[in-house]
Amino acid sequence: MSAMQFLVWVRGPGLQWSVAILIAGVLLRMFEILSLGRRPDLSEPRTATRGSGWRTVVMRSIPPASVFRTAPALFILGYLFHLGLLASVALFVPHLELLRRILGLAWPGLPSPLVDAAALVALVALLMVLVYRLRDPVRRRLSTVEDYLVWALTFVPLATGYCAFHHLLLPYTAMLAVHILSVELLLAAVPFTKLSHAYTLLLARWYAGAIAARKGVVT
Amino acid sequence: MTRSALDEHLRRNGVSRRRFLQFCAATAATLGLPLDAVPALAAAISAARRPSVIWLSFQECTGCTESLTRSHNPTLESLILEHVSLDYHHTLMAASGTAAEGARAAAEAESAGDYLLLADGSVPLKDGGIYSTIAGRTNLEMLQEAAKGAAAVIAIGSCAAYGGVPGAVPNPTGAVPIARIVKDKPVVNVPGCPPIPTVITGVLAHYLMFGAVPELDGLGRPLAYYSDTIHDRCYRRPFYDQGKFADSFDDEGARSGWCLFKLGCKGPTTHNACATTRWNDGASFPIQSGHGCLGCSEPGFWDAGSFYAPLSAPIHLDPAVTLSVAAAGAAAGAAMAIANRRRKAAARQVHQPAAVADLEKPL
Repeated sequence: MSAMQFLVWVRGPGLQWSVAILIAGVLLRMFEILSLGRRPDLSEPRTATRGSGWRTVVMRSIPPASVFRTAPALFILGYLFHLGLLASVALFVPHLELLRRILGLAWPGLPSPLVDAAALVALVALLMVLVYRLRDPVRRRLSTVEDYLVWALTFVPLATGYCAFHHLLLPYTAMLAVHILSVELLLAAVPFTKLSHAYTLLLARWYAGAIAARKGVVT
Repeated sequence: MTRSALDEHLRRNGVSRRRFLQFCAATAATLGLPLDAVPALAAAISAARRPSVIWLSFQECTGCTESLTRSHNPTLESLILEHVSLDYHHTLMAASGTAAEGARAAAEAESAGDYLLLADGSVPLKDGGIYSTIAGRTNLEMLQEAAKGAAAVIAIGSCAAYGGVPGAVPNPTGAVPIARIVKDKPVVNVPGCPPIPTVITGVLAHYLMFGAVPELDGLGRPLAYYSDTIHDRCYRRPFYDQGKFADSFDDEGARSGWCLFKLGCKGPTTHNACATTRWNDGASFPIQSGHGCLGCSEPGFWDAGSFYAPLSAPIHLDPAVTLSVAAAGAAAGAAMAIANRRRKAAARQVHQPAAVADLEKPL
């Protein structure tokens, strides 16, 4: 198979199947999560405050000072990585063309050199959090194969995208095809690994905030 | 009709026999040969023939020949009148019918082992190759026969190099490239739809000069013309790097000469000389004229997605497939939900409550 044939496959059937698996997987997992439900809370709600759940979704993005102090570098690196990833994926014009055709939505992008810098920041941050994980004996002990797999699934698309843009490593057509394939593997893995936090975050934080408010701790 | 020898060519260009013999005498003198060597020298030089070139046209649109006629250096005229003997070409030869086929057969016999075989168009293989025949013979037969006595084969245009338009989905004639048929001779692919005029003549000139095919890449293309992508040599590349793109034809960005990525330019994945050598004596090339590169020198470019959708766009995302797989996921989810609830109910059944006294019992 030539590089061109590989590229045509990943842009065609490859993308079709990875998006289909992503959507099917998300629906499957959401059904599983929601169908189990929670034990009904028969006690009286301690407060009448509403909207605590939604406030929690936002407020948990900002760690309290005491929590932040426990591992400030990790919080900062985590943010740098996520923001860099967001910029690379959703503010880079060639990606916006793809998203427009899949979602039917369009929004303006950033100048490419800024996205380039953001991607580099994300890559460095991702490498540093791995180092943290490996160097801390507790974290290393707690880490499973899934943790490292998920790290790789996230790192490779960023790295291959960066290489493709800068014409590094492989000839462009092959590099682009490898980049697209790595993204497809990431998408397919999202519902079945801890990467699902991308959407379960909303649900988890909302529930935690709502139930805590019922018990008297209001955000 | 035999190829004209050099003496006839000189005569046609106004060089008399006397002048020619004077030239031979002078040459003999500079070579340190005796006077009686002059007749032998004259006979040898005058017998020199231009190399024979046979051009076979299969499932093609004649666009490659059209492109060839636009070559400005060397021009087609100088090529066929001075440098080669084009012994067979459907469009350019004066003869037709059995006379034309006879000329081809004669040239193949006379220059067996030496002639250069040029081919454009793809070769159909389905149903015995009947979808393209010349003088009642299939393209496959004609190619195999002509390739036997050829020194080298040059596949001109994307159809001959990779199958091109006839080879695109669904490929009803079973079209294949030349290299799929000719295995025992060097084959040079000169893709493009059509190839740049001076690239065609340049490859020919290389062979005439050096008697060998030029250095080729993994897809059989001469590195001299196909080693760089359009993107790497495009004068609009700074705009790509900055993220300045034209959004539609003739909008503000387009008129400012910004990158045509969003309008479907396949420059990043296309190897050709358009951005450097350009077309029509270096006048322009598609991007310079405001239209994105089609990627016409890459294999399978007809099936690589819309010419007007960017490289990052999906080639074909079928909502039906997505929805049916999603529905399958939802169904699986519902099934899992039922199974989980059943398991929960069963667990509740067998659950045995423990009292504080039980917990204080020694193990």
